[in-house]
Amino acid sequence: MAVPISYYVILSALVFITGMVGVLIRRNIIIILLSVELMLNATNINFVAFSNYFHNVAGQVFVFFALTVAAAEVAVGLAIIIALYRSKSSINVDEFHLMKW
Amino acid sequence: MAQLFFFYLAGIIVLTSILVVALRNPVYSALSLLIMFFHVAGLYVTLHAEFVAAVQIIVYAGAILVLYLFVVMLLNLHREDRYHAQFPVAALLGMTILTEVALLLLQRRSDAVTPAAPPAAAPAATAIGNTEAIGEVLYSTYVFPFEVASLILLVAMIGAIILAKRDLFEQKG
Repeated sequence: MAVPISYYVILSALVFITGMVGVLIRRNIIIILLSVELMLNATNINFVAFSNYFHNVAGQVFVFFALTVAAAEVAVGLAIIIALYRSKSSINVDEFHLMKW
Repeated sequence: MAQLFFFYLAGIIVLTSILVVALRNPVYSALSLLIMFFHVAGLYVTLHAEFVAAVQIIVYAGAILVLYLFVVMLLNLHREDRYHAQFPVAALLGMTILTEVALLLLQRRSDAVTPAAPPAAAPAATAIGNTEAIGEVLYSTYVFPFEVASLILLVAMIGAIILAKRDLFEQKG
């Protein structure tokens, strides 16, 4: 009846891989930020699954904090994207190599 | 029944998260992410985390995704992006974690012993609601991280305004 905890871990790992591959292979900065959201959601799934498994609410509290950090990250990240688009009128990551060695 | 729900939600979550990465148009990617957020919220409901599910829908689907869509429409992108040249790195890292997942599955198949029996359910957790339980823990044990989170939000707000405003320092001089 109950779903084993390993299923949740596997689901979380699959979503995390998808987000990581998205960060690495896409050139559009907005899609890269969306992939970061995917990875954060994968960890949140893990937190809630283990919170339910151990009957401990602390996992859900940490999901709350992760959500806060995600919101802050999105606000700053999108502001950076707007500033970048203003200076180069493109959001292709290959064109931004000012701080690359 | 619970397994049926789980497999439906997990299937949609994996499918839409792959679509987020694979689709060319950023608007379609964001809408696919919206579907994924709703199904993750459904997964939270099946895990008896109703408060987190509601917050997931309000904050992620309501606030964060709308912000993404605003920026996508503000920038008016012409789509020309191909995939990046870092494909081998992505394939290597992805294969590593996929192998770990496969090993986890095989190990679970081979020995039927459950890894650890979950601890006995606290009777108080079922007596009071999910939101009350989270609130009590959040404002007693985790009150300092809570304050730090508010500070992070303040800093993010100031930083976003400073970064996105065009002529913040030019008006003075």
